[in-house]
Amino acid sequence: MQVTLKILRFDPAKHEKPTWQTYQVEAEPWDRVLDLLHKVKADQDGTLAFRRSCGHGICGSDAMLINGRNRLACKTLVKDLGSVITVEPIRGLPVEKDLVVDMEPFFAAYRAVKPYLINEEPPPARERLQSPEERERFDHGTKCILCASCTTSCPVFWVNGTYLGPAAIVQAHRFIFDSRDRGKRERFKALGSGSGVWRCRTAYNCTEACPREIPVTELIEEVKRAILLDRF
Amino acid sequence: MAHRHEVIVVGAGGAGLATALYAAREGADVAVVSKLYPTRSHTGAAQGGIGAALGNVEEDHWEWHMFDTIKGGDYLTDQDAAEVFAKEVIEAVLELEHMGLPFDRLPNGKIAQRRFGGHTKDWGKAPVHRAAHAADRTGHMILQTLYQQCVKHNITFYNEFHVTDVILEDGVAKGLVAYELATGELHLFQAKAIVIASGGFGRIYKVTSNAYTLTGDLQAILYRKGLPLEDMEFYQFHPTGLYPLGILLTEGARGEGGILRNALGERFMERYAPTIKDLAPRDMVSRAMYLEVREGRGVGPKKDHVLLDLTHLPPEVIEKKLPDITEFSRIYLGVDPLKEPVPVMPTAHYAMGGIPTTLWGQVIRDENNTVVPGLYAAGEAACVSLHGANRLGTNSLGDLVVFGRRAGIHAARFAKDADYHELSEEHLGASRERIERIKASTGKEKVAVLRAELQQTMMDNASVFRTGELLAKQVEILKELMDRYRHISIDDKGDAYNTELVEALELGYLLEVSEALVHSALNRTESRGAHAREDYPERDDQNWLKHTLAYKVADGKVAFRYKPVVLGRFEPKARTY
Repeated sequence: MQVTLKILRFDPAKHEKPTWQTYQVEAEPWDRVLDLLHKVKADQDGTLAFRRSCGHGICGSDAMLINGRNRLACKTLVKDLGSVITVEPIRGLPVEKDLVVDMEPFFAAYRAVKPYLINEEPPPARERLQSPEERERFDHGTKCILCASCTTSCPVFWVNGTYLGPAAIVQAHRFIFDSRDRGKRERFKALGSGSGVWRCRTAYNCTEACPREIPVTELIEEVKRAILLDRF
Repeated sequence: MAHRHEVIVVGAGGAGLATALYAAREGADVAVVSKLYPTRSHTGAAQGGIGAALGNVEEDHWEWHMFDTIKGGDYLTDQDAAEVFAKEVIEAVLELEHMGLPFDRLPNGKIAQRRFGGHTKDWGKAPVHRAAHAADRTGHMILQTLYQQCVKHNITFYNEFHVTDVILEDGVAKGLVAYELATGELHLFQAKAIVIASGGFGRIYKVTSNAYTLTGDLQAILYRKGLPLEDMEFYQFHPTGLYPLGILLTEGARGEGGILRNALGERFMERYAPTIKDLAPRDMVSRAMYLEVREGRGVGPKKDHVLLDLTHLPPEVIEKKLPDITEFSRIYLGVDPLKEPVPVMPTAHYAMGGIPTTLWGQVIRDENNTVVPGLYAAGEAACVSLHGANRLGTNSLGDLVVFGRRAGIHAARFAKDADYHELSEEHLGASRERIERIKASTGKEKVAVLRAELQQTMMDNASVFRTGELLAKQVEILKELMDRYRHISIDDKGDAYNTELVEALELGYLLEVSEALVHSALNRTESRGAHAREDYPERDDQNWLKHTLAYKVADGKVAFRYKPVVLGRFEPKARTY
């Protein structure tokens, strides 16, 4: 089948602002959008820039806005989109070229929540024990691939770039609810601050955008409750 | 621009991050240079587990793990490497747990373990639960945990910096040149010690589980500079790639009880490995699948694949322990593994060969183990040689933490007593010239076209089964492709995010590693592990119980030297399961 692929292009050396460019591509229904981008790059225009690595939804490189929704290009199939497909960079991060955005603000928020196990007690000779139920408690957050789909779908993040954003809060959740961790108070400093969880307006965009089906909004709510309960 | 760090690690996958972390813990100033953002590396795609004789589910011993690794490697494994590995991987897994890795748990709170191909108890008598796992995302969890620790240790990252040159002078490693993707600028990196942890090169093949970015860059750069590549003929095909894409479906699926079936519905592995059936090592299962297809028992309109049957497993096992591969089947094929078998075919997966190193990750330049001062390698890019002729499942994740840690510690200690070397802008010259030549070229050859031809012909002539005739044909094809590569041109002449330029450079690397692989395969006239020569079907210990060191002499010309296999407590025996 023929697909019309409309891509929002931007080259800082050539364009004042982003411009749409249209390509006709021969596609199979089971092709990934990533396959179409590769076809354009190989056959029609080598200057098209986008990120990709694993090609099957594990590395998180190719998050982009596809038909108006944040998705991974490698996990989105032509058969689910129809014959006109629009592709834009994820929103709220500076565009470097075409579909490539500057990820540094996103990772700065990640670092701010101290995304690592904090436990200064000397470890035992064997593993720290953890029941299957304790392990299950934070399972959702461990699925996160840091693709930024959630954070860049959040209207609060678009308006205020200092908001930590859903992804960083999910990372904090993953440790706050890990029975082995002792660092929640340290994390609450960033999470309870003006750029932290209280900015969340429960818009659910993040949950809809997550390609790993993490219930992001629910996890943010759990972090809010953990901070509130900690005060009493 | 110029930068200076005591230890510079190339690559931000599991091996690179483990190296960086342990070097930092030794007190070194460490930086990581990666062509991707961290956590985008392919370690994240490893699914099933990390093998270690923890003995949490049943009796297990590091000696059994050592034996399985050596037998699995068809006795090409260096036994000193296997011993260090089988002992230290236990400690490494416990350390990962202490770092916060979310392993699945047993009811008693210990790390859960499952069965995996080629892992046995009692010297091969029956499968054993050895693979510690975190759902079917074990690699993802290892990558995330190591990155988290690197953040904690404030390690410096140069993200999306594409290394174009390793500066070697007077036999000593002095620094690196890297191309910054965002700006097109070349950077000079001065280091006391350099660790290559840049991963594999599965993209030489058409059907592969490997990321688009796995193109053997650093192996090729060192090979061009006259350093050897070891045992390149041993390339692993993983039996269960999702048909036809090649996306990995973990061996853990068979560890949990999944069964391979042909078009007649037969459990064909009973014929090939009666003791452990579907849990035979990957080389044996991949060959069995090819033979089934060749004998007309393949599935589908083209009769070119087989089926992985999970339908008899309890749905909760599939949903809880194999959630990701279940999702892959549903998304990419519309097949629900709970209800119907999944189409699979062997997929290019892992390079057993690579940059030769000592047990401490030091790169060596010859059969006498002469070390290149300041240069280290770890992970899939390296060859210690732990995996020999065929790697057992879960031993890649173990390899990268055990030997990443060793390389990091040794590199940091080496750097303490070493001085920086003088470097100048002149060292950028070769990289600049190469990049400018590609940008200025008006040739008619296209990167995507040459790459597709390379990948198809490597698949046809140098994959699971080989013959002298096909390999010789591929040698000629590679010569022609290398000639044509000189005439490639690209559309993008810009500086910012010129990913087309990067793909052009990567194609050059793919051609070089293919050359080393094909010549090494043509040269080795026996069948051992993943290297199956139909014209030499037997293993030949008399002549070939030795490692290949391949040296580039000129384009299309390769010279060989040999290194004895380090033997020890296990005598080479026939390999039956």
